[in-house]
Amino acid sequence: MWRAVALERSRASAPGLDSAGRTAGFPVNPADDRAFFCGEIGRLTNRLYGTALRLTRNTAQAEDLVSETVVKAWASLGQLTDRACFEKWILRILANTFISGWRRAREEPVGTLTEEEDEEDGFSLFDRLHQPFLLWWGNPEQELINKLLREDLDRALNALPDCYRTVVVLVDMEGYSYAEVASVLEVPVGTVRSRLNRARASLQRALWNQARAAGLVDTGQEQEGERR
Amino acid sequence: MTERDRIDCEEVVAHLLDYLDGEIDAEKRVQIDRHLEECRGCYSRAEFERELRRRLRELGKESAPETLRRRLKALLDEF
Repeated sequence: MWRAVALERSRASAPGLDSAGRTAGFPVNPADDRAFFCGEIGRLTNRLYGTALRLTRNTAQAEDLVSETVVKAWASLGQLTDRACFEKWILRILANTFISGWRRAREEPVGTLTEEEDEEDGFSLFDRLHQPFLLWWGNPEQELINKLLREDLDRALNALPDCYRTVVVLVDMEGYSYAEVASVLEVPVGTVRSRLNRARASLQRALWNQARAAGLVDTGQEQEGERR
Repeated sequence: MTERDRIDCEEVVAHLLDYLDGEIDAEKRVQIDRHLEECRGCYSRAEFERELRRRLRELGKESAPETLRRRLKALLDEF
């Protein structure tokens, strides 16, 4: 498939053919296109893989997703109006690829939160940990964040169902606006906001449970937190 | 700033995540900015949420495996 896409791309960028969407007056040169594209892919490979891994939770699927994204991006490079926006543009292609074709083709469930998690819409790790009387003497919430390992965060994020993990990845990790996520997911902005709130609450609940299990929360904090 | 422009902690907490996401109107942003300058509790909450996001963003920092690099090189060589 990618050979056909490559052929299509080289035709589209040939001199004399339509270069709609490209910067006005910018010379159309397939060699320039290729050099630019290869340079950007080289620069962004780690970034693309990191995001793909967070979305797919699987190294082999993440590699497939990045490869598919690169093929699609090359095929539609002519639609990129501002090359300074390449990074955001290709990350959007990656997210779209994951959400639409990729997941549907594999018929993976979108997933939902458990009833308990759903009811914990407003769970806040800060509320569990913060102790106002310690304002000048200590900062237990900051101390917990410092103690959390990458694996703790990874486990909590990966435990989220797809539709919730995706909004956290796109907003908290990739810096998408709610409107951009709504466009990618094809849902209303209000849905993005509510999924994000639930996802964050569930994520913080998971971190709280992990902290308790690992003994990172002292008994006093735990009892105080449970009362809130 | 008039009393009418002031908002309380409850309102700040209700809008804090939208505020940190940059998904809030300019007037509300200014109100929250001012509140955070004066309220240590809400400031600590905002800093905690910011720090948690920073840690999450770090999760996206991965080193791509050599197998993927080779695969991409083969793809790019065909373009």
